[in-house]
Parts: sequence; C-alpha cells; structure tokens
Amino acid sequence: MIPITTAAPTGVAPSPAPNAPGPAQLLLRALQRDRLAAFGAAIILLVLVLAVFGQWLAPFPEQGMGATNASARNLAPDAAHWLGTDQLGRDVLSRVIMGANPALTISLLVVTAAALIGIPLGALAGYRGGWVDEALMRVTEVFQAFPPLLLAMVTVSILGPSLTNAGIALAVSWWPWYARLVRAEARSLRERPYVEAARAMGIPPALIVGRHILRNCLTPILVQATVDIGSVILAAGSLAFIGLGTQPPLPDWGLMVAEGRGLIFSAWWVSTFPGLAIFLAVLGFNLLGDSLRDLLDPRQVKR
Amino acid sequence: MLRFVARRLITSVLVLAVLTAIVFILARIVPSDPAVIYAGPKAPPAELDRVREHLGFNRPVLEQYFDYVAKLITGDWGESLATKRPVLDELAARLPATLELIGAAMAFAVSAGIILGVVAARRPGRILDGTVRFLSIGGISVPAFWLGLLLQLVFVGGLGLLPATGQFSNTIKYSDPITHVTGLPLFDSLITGNATAFTDGLQHLILPALTLAAYPLGLIARMTRASMLEVMSQDYIFTATAYGLREGAIRWRLALRNALPPVLTIVGMASAYALTGTFFVEAVFNWPGIGQFATSSMLAVDYPAIMAITLLGAAGYLLANFIVDILQARIDPRVSAS
Repeated sequence: MIPITTAAPTGVAPSPAPNAPGPAQLLLRALQRDRLAAFGAAIILLVLVLAVFGQWLAPFPEQGMGATNASARNLAPDAAHWLGTDQLGRDVLSRVIMGANPALTISLLVVTAAALIGIPLGALAGYRGGWVDEALMRVTEVFQAFPPLLLAMVTVSILGPSLTNAGIALAVSWWPWYARLVRAEARSLRERPYVEAARAMGIPPALIVGRHILRNCLTPILVQATVDIGSVILAAGSLAFIGLGTQPPLPDWGLMVAEGRGLIFSAWWVSTFPGLAIFLAVLGFNLLGDSLRDLLDPRQVKR
Repeated sequence: MLRFVARRLITSVLVLAVLTAIVFILARIVPSDPAVIYAGPKAPPAELDRVREHLGFNRPVLEQYFDYVAKLITGDWGESLATKRPVLDELAARLPATLELIGAAMAFAVSAGIILGVVAARRPGRILDGTVRFLSIGGISVPAFWLGLLLQLVFVGGLGLLPATGQFSNTIKYSDPITHVTGLPLFDSLITGNATAFTDGLQHLILPALTLAAYPLGLIARMTRASMLEVMSQDYIFTATAYGLREGAIRWRLALRNALPPVLTIVGMASAYALTGTFFVEAVFNWPGIGQFATSSMLAVDYPAIMAITLLGAAGYLLANFIVDILQARIDPRVSAS
C-alpha cells in the first residue's frame, strides 16, 4: 500500500551504480538468481493471461459479467463449478478469472497516470533546484501527510463510488511518490560529469533531462512501478470492499470478497477465492519487485 | 533537542493547515448537495433553505473556510449530517476502541517484526531467511479484509476457539461492567482487576489485532533484516567478534541498536498504514471504532464527518512521525544536529 522504498528513509538518494543495468538485464538476472522472483513472475504471467484471454477461458463468461442463475445458489465447489457458486448462483471461478482484467487495467492506468504526472515534475524540480524544487517538495509533503488510501477514499466518496473514480483518486494520491523518486535521481545525476559536459556544450535543458536524466531513471522507475502495480491492485480491491470502488454486478475481487462476507461460515468459497486472487496477484508483483530492488540497490545485498 | 522538537511542531501545524484547506476545497466541489443529505431526499425546498441557513452553506466559500478553521480550534468540529450529533462526540466515543486495536497490532508487529528480521539476518540466503522473506512479503501483499475473514473461518468457524466479532461479549456489561478509569476499556478492565471482562476483551482482540498487524509486521521484518545485514558487515562488529564477545550479545545488543534508526522510520510508515488499515479490519470484525464510522460516513458523503476523520488521520500520522523523530534523535545524536 505504501511504496516502500521511494522515501529513502536514511535520506540518501538511491543512485544507480556505475554501469547501471538496463531493465531487461535486471529482470533476467533476478529470474536466474532468485526462485521467489521467478515464482512472482510466473504469477504475473498467469494474471496477464487471465486478463487478456479471460472471457474465453471462463466456463461461464456471462455469469462472470454478472448474469445470475437463481437455481444454483451457494453451491459448494464440485466438478461443474470448480470454485462453487455465489449467492446469486454465479460461477465463482468465472468471476475470479474475469476479475483479472479490470484489476490489471486499473492498476496499469493508475501507475501510468501517476508516473506521467510525477516524473516530469520530479525531473524539473530535481534538475532545476531552487524554488521550483522547494515548492514541489512542500506539495508532495502535504500529499504524503495523508495516511495511505485516506486521500483516495475521501476523493472517491466525494466524486461518487465507481471504478473510474477510484482510479482517478488513486492516481491523485500516488503521483508524489514518483515525483520524489525522480527528483532524488535527477539531483544526483545533475552533478555527474557527463551531464555537466552536456550543459557546457550548450545542449538545451529539455534535451538533457530527456536524454540523460530520464533515461538513467528508467530502471528505478520500472522497479517501483512493478511494486506499485501490486499495491494498486490491493488498494482498488480495498476500496471496492468497502463500497468505494467497482459497483455490482461487475466482477471485482474486492467486491466479491465483500459480497461473500456474510456467508463466510456457510459458504466459505464465495469470499475465499477472490481474496486469494488479490493476495496472489499482489504477492507476484511484490516478490518480483522486491528482488529487482535488491539487485538495483547494491547497498542492501550482502550475500 | 528542544529546538528540534519546536521546529517539527511548527512544520506539523503548517502541514495540517494546508491539509484542512485541501479537504475543505474537496468537500466544496462535492456534486451532491449536503443539505439534501442532512434533510433527507424528500425534504421540501423551504426546508432545504432552512438547513442551508443552519449549516451556513449560503455564505461565501472563503468565509465558510475561515469560520470552519476558527471552530476547529475551539473544538467545534461540526455536526454529522447522518447522525445529527457533533462530530467530535462521535469520534471521541469510538476512539478508545480503535486506539486499543492499533496499539495491540503495532506492539505485536514491532516486537515480532524485529525478532524475525534479526533472526533472518543471521544466515542470509538460507531457508530461515527465505521463509521470513516470504512471510514478510506475504504480509504486505495480503488484503487485510480477506485475512480477517480467513482467520474467522479457521479460528471461529473451524476450531471454535475465539469469538468472531465485537469488542466484548454482550453479557459483560451486565455481569462484569467495566469501571471507567482511562476510557480505554480493555486497559481499564485490567487495572481494576476485572478478570472476566479482561479475558473476554483479550479473546475478542486477538484476531483483529493479528489481521491489522500483518502489513506492519512485513514492513518491519524486512527493514530490520536489511538494516541488520548492513550493520553486521561493519568493521566494529568484526572487532567485537575478535575480542571474543558472544555472538548473541553482538547481535541483539550491539548490532540491533545501531540497526534501529531505519527500522524506526519504517515503524512510522507502518503505523500510518495501521490508521487506514483499521477501517477494513473494523468492518470485518464489527469493531466499534472510528474505522466503521469512517467508512459509513464516506459512503453517505457525510462531509463534516469525513473532514474530521481526515484531519484526525493526518494528525495521527504526523504524531506517529513526530514520536519516531524524537526517538530517532535520542538514539542517534546526528539527527537533531542536522
């Protein structure tokens, strides 16, 4: 829920090591070195497949989208319904499979939007310094003074609960993390000899920022984004659980857990499997992201 | 030290001021009419006008804002649109339950997290380390509301060991009523020697506290491990080993103390998580705290309540960070000097 590393607790800017690896290289190394990272990547791959091909993989696609079947309510898992049916007779497996698409879509959109707002602001503040930097840092501090999710919850409450508004609210509360991450990187890169050389050659600032600063921030941004996609899935599911996200009858893992809440002792499968889906999806992104971060930040790896 | 504390206090107040402004602006662009929420959807226009007059909606926004801040300072936090009672009373009635829940969860998360982190750092890369890593990443990945349901399923439905919901059994208030001392019910039952109520409350507390602790526990264990590994590779640890100090003493006394500052920082972040995490945990366990009031206010767009909750949450977060900073400065004198 909280992007864990961006705050750089000790106040030290995370700076890429000399010969910082590219994203693809980093990913390959993590997968080879670390079984948990590979496990995480496998989960992510599964979620991706479900998100893209879900409507063809689900045994009852119309029920996945909300069609009810009154004659088959609260059936325990069996051969026809592997994960049972819910209180409206809908196949839980189909709804879990078809929940992958909205979960992944919203988290990709939120992270992209947060990055698109945060990265330019952070690069500008870090590269320019001075009052621009000061102003941006104060603004991000105010945003970060809200406990995680609280600002998003308030925003959704005011805009009205829906998946779209939940996405907007999450993006609004997420961008400061990217701004701070890029700012820290930009500040440390600004003083590098090659950036100074580019400045001395009279290359316009916009070009320097684009070519030297942003390109070198790419890997840490992607690592952060990996963790954040998981965090947003969790956040969106949480919002939906309390009624501030996706509305029925759409398939949303958090909403499905809420719908089965009252049945936990009589029909445990209704809540258990959608919740498991959130857990596994978030776990996948966190396992992979954690491993990538260890590789990226050599201070932490002492093996 | 005193100057350090004063400076932190001033920034905290400034942040809170900006925060109120943001929330106030948010509440003012609200598409639905708060007067309708207050008076009900079928209220006649004349009644709505009267409500607007009563709540002050017909005056300029800036005036309303300054008025709001002035009232905040004097302790008038407005009236809940849903319950028609002062928001501050609503919050005060629910705060003790939430404080006990968060307190128990954080106490467990900090102690268990630090122990797990130190143990994992003993032999990095081995099975125990891998297990702790998986557990801690699991802790930050698991949806609290789902973990709560699972625990209910196992410990209430399956094993029948613990109660499912609530803070005390309904019978307690007749058989063993709790004497009011501090207002924190479980704590009061302990210090007044009300063993029946205390045991009952403790049984009710275990599952929600464990659920709420999962995320902070994961964060703290992970950070402790990383910080311990860094400290254990320092020269002075090598020296201490060469002097023949026992390994346990080096690890738990010397190294842990120096590994604590980053852990403390993460404890601050973790307690911020607990502040909103409790919304979800309270919903699952029907815990009579602020979290339940918060979610119902947000669903009802009860904006005076929402604003008060936001302020309280932000103030709680600032307070947690403030305490962390002071502890930090005590452990590490370089902090207050900077």
